[in-house]
Amino acid sequence: METAIETKGLTKTFGEIQALNGISFLVERGEIFGFLGPNGAGKTTTIRILTGVIKPDHGTATVLGYDLLEDPLKAKQTMAVVPEMANAYIDLTAWQNLMLIGELYGVPRKKRQERGTELLQEFALYERRNHLAKGFSKGMKQKLILCMALLTDPQVLFLDEPTAGLDVESARLIRDTIRERSESGTTVFLSTHNMEEANQLCDRIAVINHGSIAAVDSPEHLRMKSSSLKSVEVSFDKPVSVDALSKIRTVVQTTKLGDKVRLYTDDPHSVIDDLTGYARSEGLRIVSLNTIAPTLEDVFLRLIEEHGAD
Amino acid sequence: MLNYSLSEQLHRAFAVAKKDLRIYYKRGPVLIFGLIMPFFLFLSFFIGRAIPLPHLFIGLLGMTIFFSSMSIGPAIVPFEARSKNLERLMSTPISVWALLVGDVMASFLYGLAISIVPIIIGLIVGVTIAQWALLVLGMLLAAFCFACFGVLLSAYPPTDIPSTVMMISNLVKFPLVFISGVFIPISEMQGWMRIVASFSPLTYFTDLASYCVQGVTYYSVLVDCLALTGFILLFLVVAIKIHERTMPQRL
Repeated sequence: METAIETKGLTKTFGEIQALNGISFLVERGEIFGFLGPNGAGKTTTIRILTGVIKPDHGTATVLGYDLLEDPLKAKQTMAVVPEMANAYIDLTAWQNLMLIGELYGVPRKKRQERGTELLQEFALYERRNHLAKGFSKGMKQKLILCMALLTDPQVLFLDEPTAGLDVESARLIRDTIRERSESGTTVFLSTHNMEEANQLCDRIAVINHGSIAAVDSPEHLRMKSSSLKSVEVSFDKPVSVDALSKIRTVVQTTKLGDKVRLYTDDPHSVIDDLTGYARSEGLRIVSLNTIAPTLEDVFLRLIEEHGAD
Repeated sequence: MLNYSLSEQLHRAFAVAKKDLRIYYKRGPVLIFGLIMPFFLFLSFFIGRAIPLPHLFIGLLGMTIFFSSMSIGPAIVPFEARSKNLERLMSTPISVWALLVGDVMASFLYGLAISIVPIIIGLIVGVTIAQWALLVLGMLLAAFCFACFGVLLSAYPPTDIPSTVMMISNLVKFPLVFISGVFIPISEMQGWMRIVASFSPLTYFTDLASYCVQGVTYYSVLVDCLALTGFILLFLVVAIKIHERTMPQRL
C-alpha cells in the first residue's frame, strides 16, 4: 500500500506545555484512520500540523509525499479539512462560501459551479444556496462545511469531530459520506471522541495521550489485545456478595451493575465453570450469564490509564 | 491544476479581497473608525475657521483616504481568528503573503471608492483640480499605502479581539493626521514638526494633493511618489514578516 500521511518524531511545545512528544505514524492511501485521545491529548495540534496551519518544533510530516515544511502549498492542494468548530463564513451565502473555497484551490469556474450545485443538492442545501450561513442550524452548517471540503475532490480528507453535537440524521449522513469517499479512494483522517463512530468507520486507530501515541492498530486487534478486559456478566435469583465472587480464580476485577455483577478475566471459560459451581454450592439459580468482549471504549480507557501511569 | 505561480496566488488573493469586501465593509468598527469618526473630526476642526476652500478640500480628501483605506485592514485578521475562519484559510493552498495582499486589496478598493465622495463634494463646491492624472495616481498610491499600513497594524499583538487592534490602530492614526499637513500645511509647520511629518506617509499624499489643486508642493511630486512607494514596500514586507510569525499564535 502507498503511504498517504507520514509523520516522524513530531514535537510541538506551547510555552511550558509539551503538546506533542515525538509522535510517528503512517496512514495508508484509501484508509480511514481514526485518531482518538482525551481532551488536551494533542489531537488538534497534530491535525493543525498535518494541514499546514502550524509548524512542528521538530520532526517531519508528509502528505502524499509532499513535505509540509518544504512544500506546504502542494500538500495543502491535495487535502481538505472539516474543522471541529463550524466555520463557514456566516456573512456569506452557502453558494458564496463554496465558490470562495473553489477559488482558493484554483478550481476552474465551470467546474466549481457544477460541483457546488451537485454537492448542495446531495446534502439538501440547494434550496438554501442563496441564504446567509448565519441562518443555518448547526447540522446545516456542518453539512455546508463538508460540501466546502468535498468541492475540490480532495485525496486526503481531515475531519476533526465531524459529528459532534449533530442530530442523528445529520451524523449518519456525514458517516455515510465518509464511507463513500473512502470507497472511492480518499484517505480519511478522522479525529473523534465517539468510540462507536471510530469502531464503525475506521480501518485503523491511533490512540494519543499526553502528546504520545499509546497504540496504533485496527479496532478489532486492539480489542483482542486487551484480553484482561474480557468479562462475564452474571445475575442470580437472589442477592450475592460481590466479595465472594471476586475470589473466583482468574477474576481480576468485579463491578456491580444493578442486579448483575461483571467479572473481568482473561479466562471467561474457567470463570463460567466456577460460577456454576458457586451457584450450586450456594443454592442459587443463574438468571442470566453472558460473556462480554471489551468495547473500544474499554480499550481506550485502559490504554489512557496505562499510558498515563507510564 | 497544480499551479503555484505568482499569477495563481494573485488570483487567490483576489478571491480573498472579494470575500473581505462582501463581509467587512458594513461592520461596525469599519464604519465608525473609517467614516463617522474622521467625518466629525473634520467638522470639529474646520467649521467656523476661515480656511481657504482648496486647503479644506485637501484636508477632507487626505483624511477620507487615510481613514477609509485603513478601516478594513486591521479588523480582518482578528475577526477571522475569533470566528475560526482564519484556521480554514490557513489550511488552504494560499500563501500568507497572498492572503495579506487580498486583505490589502479589499482595503485599497474600499478606501478608493469612499474617496470619490470628497472629490464629488469638492467639484460641487467649486474646487478646481489642475492635475487630474497626478491626483488619481496619488490616490492610488496613497490608498494602497494606507491599506498596507492597516494590515501592518493588525500584525501585533497576535490577538483575536478586534477592539484591541482598532484601539492600537487609532492610537497610531490620530496623531498622524495632526502632523501630516491635513490641518496645518507643511510649509507653515515649525522645523521639528516638519521632521516628524516626514515620517508620516499621509504627509506625502497631502503634499501631492496640494500640488494637484493649488500648484504648490513642499517636497516635489517625485519625492512624494517615491516616498509613498517606499512606504508601501516597507509596510507590506514588514506586515508579511510579522504576520507569518504571529498568525499561528492567534489560533
